This record gives sequence, structure tokens and C-alpha cells, in this order.
Amino acid sequence: MLAETTSFTLDGIAARMVRVEVDVHRGLPNFQVVGLPDAAVREARERVRAAVVNCGFEFPLQRIIASLAPADLRKAGPAIDLALATALLGAAGELSLEPIAEWSLVGELALDGSVRPVRGALAMAEAARESGRAGVIVPVANGPEAALAAGIEVRTIENFAELARLRDGHPPGSPAPPARLRGLGEQPDLADLRGQGHLRSAVELAAAGGHGLLMVGPPGAGKSLAARRLPSVLPPLEGEEVLEVARIASACGIGDGTVSSARPFRAPHHTVSAAGLVGGGSPPRPGEITLAHRGVLFLDELCEFSRPSLEALREPLETGSVTISRAGGRQTLPCRFTLVAAANPCPCGRGEEDPACRCSELSARRYRAALSGALVDRIDLVVAVKQPSAESLAGPAGESSAAVRERVQAARERMSGRLGPGRTNGEATPEEVACFEVAAGAAKLLADAHETWKLSGRAHGRIMRVARTAADLEGSAHITEEHMASAIQLRRRTEP
Amino acid sequence: MSPVPGSGVDARSACVECLRRNWLIARLGGWIQNACDVRPGRRTPELLRLGSEDLVGAVAAKDADEILAWNAGLEEGAMVARLEEAGCWACCRHHHSFPEGFADGADAPVAVFGRGEAIPLAGIGLDDSVTVVGARRATGYGLEVASTLAREVAAAGLNVVSGMALGIDGAVHRGALERGPTVAVLGGGPDVAYPPSHGRLHERIVENGIVLSEMPPGTAPWRWSFPARNRLMAAMSGMTIVVEATLRSGSLITAEMAADAGRDVGAVPGPVTARAAAGTNELIASGAALIRGATDVLDRMLGAGAGRPLFGPELGPGEPEALEAVEAGCVTVDEVAAATGAGTPETARTLARLEVRGYLRGTQAGTWTRTALAAYPSPRDER
Repeated sequence: MLAETTSFTLDGIAARMVRVEVDVHRGLPNFQVVGLPDAAVREARERVRAAVVNCGFEFPLQRIIASLAPADLRKAGPAIDLALATALLGAAGELSLEPIAEWSLVGELALDGSVRPVRGALAMAEAARESGRAGVIVPVANGPEAALAAGIEVRTIENFAELARLRDGHPPGSPAPPARLRGLGEQPDLADLRGQGHLRSAVELAAAGGHGLLMVGPPGAGKSLAARRLPSVLPPLEGEEVLEVARIASACGIGDGTVSSARPFRAPHHTVSAAGLVGGGSPPRPGEITLAHRGVLFLDELCEFSRPSLEALREPLETGSVTISRAGGRQTLPCRFTLVAAANPCPCGRGEEDPACRCSELSARRYRAALSGALVDRIDLVVAVKQPSAESLAGPAGESSAAVRERVQAARERMSGRLGPGRTNGEATPEEVACFEVAAGAAKLLADAHETWKLSGRAHGRIMRVARTAADLEGSAHITEEHMASAIQLRRRTEP
Repeated sequence: MSPVPGSGVDARSACVECLRRNWLIARLGGWIQNACDVRPGRRTPELLRLGSEDLVGAVAAKDADEILAWNAGLEEGAMVARLEEAGCWACCRHHHSFPEGFADGADAPVAVFGRGEAIPLAGIGLDDSVTVVGARRATGYGLEVASTLAREVAAAGLNVVSGMALGIDGAVHRGALERGPTVAVLGGGPDVAYPPSHGRLHERIVENGIVLSEMPPGTAPWRWSFPARNRLMAAMSGMTIVVEATLRSGSLITAEMAADAGRDVGAVPGPVTARAAAGTNELIASGAALIRGATDVLDRMLGAGAGRPLFGPELGPGEPEALEAVEAGCVTVDEVAAATGAGTPETARTLARLEVRGYLRGTQAGTWTRTALAAYPSPRDER
């Protein structure tokens, strides 16, 4: 007899539907899976056999063929287990699959029949909706995120034994609880950054305009502290953004299964490979920049990152997405993030002003090579960070994240009004930059700067974007001389 | 072949004996290095003072006959062809264009090779050349002073000589090239850009100045080549200025050679706590001229009153205080704000305005250094 169910397999961060056809007929007892299964899918035979038997069903001692269609799509991971076991019982005639004919099933089976969570449940629920399924059955632990997919019925199942309800004509499992969005939650607060007024204002500008920020200073001066607090001053995720971030987190199996409106913060170690940073492998998997989508990517010890890793960031930074082509397939993944980097001034970290610094010119120059690479072309703000003074450390705490976030949010609303929803000054095109209103004093200052340094077109654009953000933070329609001076002060300078 | 227009010399401006001598030094490179390694110290100039036979005997006694025979057998035509192939000119002490600084003194080279035609070789006199050198590992302050000094000295029409090393030397050449030609003295052959990262700078100097060296074309520098090169820099100009040097810096050796040759020596002071300036401060303590800027150099070279400080545009409110704070050693916005008592955002803007008008320079790391541009005295100072 023949039975068919549907399930999903992950392809990057997208889910693709898989039809699971099982045929049971007379012959020597045998169980085969065909249709490009990977090792995890092939091993599903053993899990399915154990789960079926341990849940009190009868495993047919006949010849079993399971076919996964489309046959040319590589099926990876254990998410197909549940659909496979269900189709098997349907084909053996033990259960009628009529009540769930229009449903898809997703879940990994344990040997005792309990259903374990899978990666990418949100993308799978959305794909089920897109392909016109009536509903989707997911493991209990994946319920909250799957429920985010509006417009499709989601039921959760805890144990394979619940399928026995099909005999009474009911679909198994129970309806998933409605999706609940967790708020910003506990985040480190910018109030911890005492003194360092200049760094604070740079962090605020970076948060508001989505500008890349580079902090240069000795270890322990508060660079990482400031970077880790940047997400807390960013406005919470909204609408589609929440889904984008949750979809990526779920497909990569990070997080605790709940969905939050806090922006992601990723800080890969400097030994990360280019593939680990931008994504790679075969079949391609998302990298750190995709995990940082809509959030912050923090590169601590920028000068220690390998050249290939940093070079690989160029195109994604420019386009906001990354395309990974491998023999195993091709993936285009989103990666719009705010880049924050920290670097020591020289290999020993003390800086040339410190008499204890013994770094040679050559080693210091090699070390700083990363600071003049193509990557930092995308960095709009550079700020020198020094050890805070004893008084400022003992002094009152700084302004809280909530207060700064309010200003950032207001500035972002002004940007959205000018550039379109969700866009920031950091992403403004040269045409849009040309439309920024500049007061006479500011134009004069910028012209003088041109005179002094022969600024490139790109440097000019960077100063204009930052100046516009400074104006937006103050709610000013024009870029005044003050805003322009702030932007010029924070601009990136090149080494002779 | 007619003389190369510009430099006044060509590949045939040196006599064969002098050419052989320099080819011999290049051939002995490894032996000289061994001799210097075995008995450390500043032996290079001493060795190079020896006559050809004594020199070979001193460093390569075993192979002396073979090397001397090789040297004596060098054909003028072959050496000239090699020079022309590398686009180099040569000049020896018997030629009227030989720089006057090399004519006196025991340490003088017998011939030099060079590339570039922007300065007539005969025009590199003691009165119109200034050597500016300093440490490879330099601070932002040192680099700023070096390039400003070189720019203004070059603008006054003097030849600025340096060694094309990393750090101060590079800043000197770049500064000078903004206003005029410059002279680079190399440790290897004139066609060998060392350090390799200064390849582009080397090209610019060849186009807009001259590079010269004691070594024939294609010779890579040895460790001993640098003290040897230093004695050329010290000898050829009337004044040698050290911008930034630690106590063990090679620049101090150059200064000492200059003093020994009877040339003027100057040094740019730095903070007494700075290791990077310990050498220059030491020079000043032992009698070198104190150089605060191009004015001090021009006063000594061209007579008192020849150099006047370059004044910048007038300062606005709050700006003298910020400038003073940077001069006092504050390098970040927060430090300046703390010193002046102004708010951080205002301070950031003040510093930006001062940078645009040339009073300050921002570094790659986001810190600030003061330029040599002088500010008009504020009313407060006049009182």
C-alpha cells in the first residue's frame, strides 16, 4: 500500500517542501530511503523503527521503500523523521492519514517516540503556508516560533504515540499557543560607561545612523564595554524585521526558541575564517554577518583578523546581502548590520605615546595595515579611546540606554521620513546625499576641509551622512556648522 | 653622449679607478658585514677609509689576491653599460660636479651613483642643503614636525636630504616633495627601493628630485650599509637635524658624524618623559642647536631673520584654550575637554575647526597633534 506525507528540509535559511512517499509491499523485510538523503536522513530508518515499536504500533515486516521528492534536492537533518514514520504507518494500513492529508509534519524522533525540536521551524511553517498546506505539526519546543507565521494553523506534538488519535479521526497534538514576543529584556546598559563623553556621542551617532564605528585605544579603556551596549540603544525590531531575525536564528539553531524584539549582537573571535564570517560550506550555511542581520557585528581586535576574512566583508557591506556559491548549491542571505570594530594602536596595545611601548615601526605598520584596508572604507566614525580618569570612574553613572534610545528612535523616524521606511543615513545613496540641506556655515567648513585635505568623493559622502545624522539627532532640518564640525572631527583619516 | 640635462652628470662622469673602488666595496659586502659582526661597533666608516688593498686585506685576507685581480680587470665599458642599463649617472671626486660636501674629510666617498635629474649635482652645496633624519618608529608628533619642517625648508629653496627610511625619513621626503625637490641617500644601489614599502616614494623622488648612493646599481643593502650611508648624509649638507630619536638611534650616529665633519647639528626637542625623544633631548643638552621649526633652520642657514613663522588664520572663541591643551599633551577629545572645561561636543567641534584650518592634525587612530602653524598672539599674551 502507498501513503504520502509532506515535510520540510532546510536549504540555508529557507525551507523547501519534501514529499515523503512510502510503499509497503510483500517481500523480504527491508527498509530503504531514496531521494538524495544525507547521513542524518538515512539514519532516520533506525529512529523510525524504534519509535514506532516503542509507541505501541506495529512495524511492518515487509519490504518498505521511502522516496523523498523532489529527488534532486539534497535532504539534510532529522526534521523529516516524523513525516516518514507517519507515512510508514499510513502505508502499513495501521492509521488513516485522512485527517492530516493537507498537513505537513516536522520533527525529529527519539527512540522512545518523543518528538524533538528542529532547526528552522519558523521558515518551515512559512513555507507550508506558501505552498498552500492547511496546517503544520511541529515539536512542542518549536511551537512559539512556528506560531509567528501568520495565516497557517500550527499544532504541537510531544510524542509520536499521539498519532493514535488519527484512529478516532482527529488530528494529533494540540493547537500551538499564540505567538508571544519577548520585549527587549535585560541588556547591559550604557549607563555603565562612565566619563568617555566623546565615545558616548560616537556610539549614539552610530546607533542612529547605522554608521560603522571604529574605536582605537589601549586594552581596558572601555571599547568592548561600549560595543556591547550598542544594541541597547538601538530601537527594538519591528514587524517584518522580527521575522527576518527570528527566521535566521531558528535556522541556525541559536537562541532558546523564544522570539524577542532585541537586536542581535555578534562578536566573532578574531580567528574566525572567511567562511565562518560571511557563510560557506557545502551546502552553504549562514555566517556571522547573517546572524548579525538587523543588529550589530562587533569585530574586537580588528587588526588580528586575517586579511581574507576582512576582505570577504567588502561586498556584503556594500550590498546588504551575501551570495555564497558552492558545488552544493547557491544561497543569497541577508546581512544588513551595523559594523563596530575595536583595535589597539600597536601590537603591544600601549600606543606610541606610552614610554613602555617598544613596538618597532615595521611591526606597528603591519599591525595597522588592517586599518587602511578596503573594509574600513565603510567605517564612518573613528574615535580614540583612552583610559578613563579616576574621577570619571568614581563619578556618577552616565545617561541610561533608555534615554539615548529615545533620541535614536526619534532620529530614525526622521530618516525613515526622508529615505523610506527602515532606512538610515548610513545607507543613503550619493543622490540622496546630494539632496541633504546644508546651511551656509556648514558648506563653508566643508569647502575649507576640501581645500586642506583634497577629500575624495567617498570621504565627502561619509562626512555628509554623519553630519546629517547629527542634525537628525537634534531634530534640525539643516546641517549646521556644528553638525558638520562633529562629522569632520569623527571622520576616518588615512596614513601618509 | 651629452650630459644629462638637469643633473649635469651622466654615466661617464666618473673615472674608471673611482668606479672600480665602488664596485669593490659592493663586492666586499658580505666580508665587511662579517668584519662588523665579529667586532661590533661603528667600524664601517673606519673600514671604508682604508685604501682598496688595505680594505681587502682587512676583511678578506684569504681571498685578497683573487678579489683584487677581479677588481683590476673590471672594464670601464662594462661598468658604464651597467649604469646606463639601470638609468643611473655616476660622478667621482675628479669631476667638477662632485658635491662640495664630499670633497673634504676623510670619510668622503670617491664616487657616487644616482638617479633623477631635478637637481644639478653641483648645486648640492653645504650652504643650500639640510639633512633631516630621525627614527623609524616615530610618534605622530615627530612625523608632523618632520614633514612640516621639510616642507617649509624646501619652500625656502634649500635641498632637503634624508635617508628614505620608514618613519621620520619618509615624512621628510613627502613634506619636501610638496614644495620642491628632495635628495634621498640610499644604503643599496640607487635603483633599489629599500624599504620595499617605500617603492612608490622612491619613484616620486626619482621623478622630482634625486636619489644617490655609493653602491653600484642593483646592490642590495647590508646592515653596515646604513652607517655608511649616514656618513654621506652627514657630509653633504651644512646642517644635520635630528627630529626624533631614542638614545640608541642610528640618527645620533649621523649627528655625531656631522659634528665630526664640522657641520652644524640641530635637534627637535620632545617631552623629557618620552623615550622617543630621549636621543634628541640628549643632543640638545650636549650642545646641538634647538630646532623648533623651519624658522630656526633658516635663521642658521640663511642668516637671522630669513625665516618667519607661518601664521594661520585668526582663532575664534574657545580655540586658543583648545590649542593650548593639545600643546600641553592632551591627545583625545575627552582629555582636551577636561583640560579646558568646555563640554565634549563643543570641544570636538572646536578641534575639527582647528584641524580644517591647519592648526592640528588628526591621526589614523583618532588622536590629535599640533602642527607647526603659528597662531597670532591672543590679546591675553600681549599683556
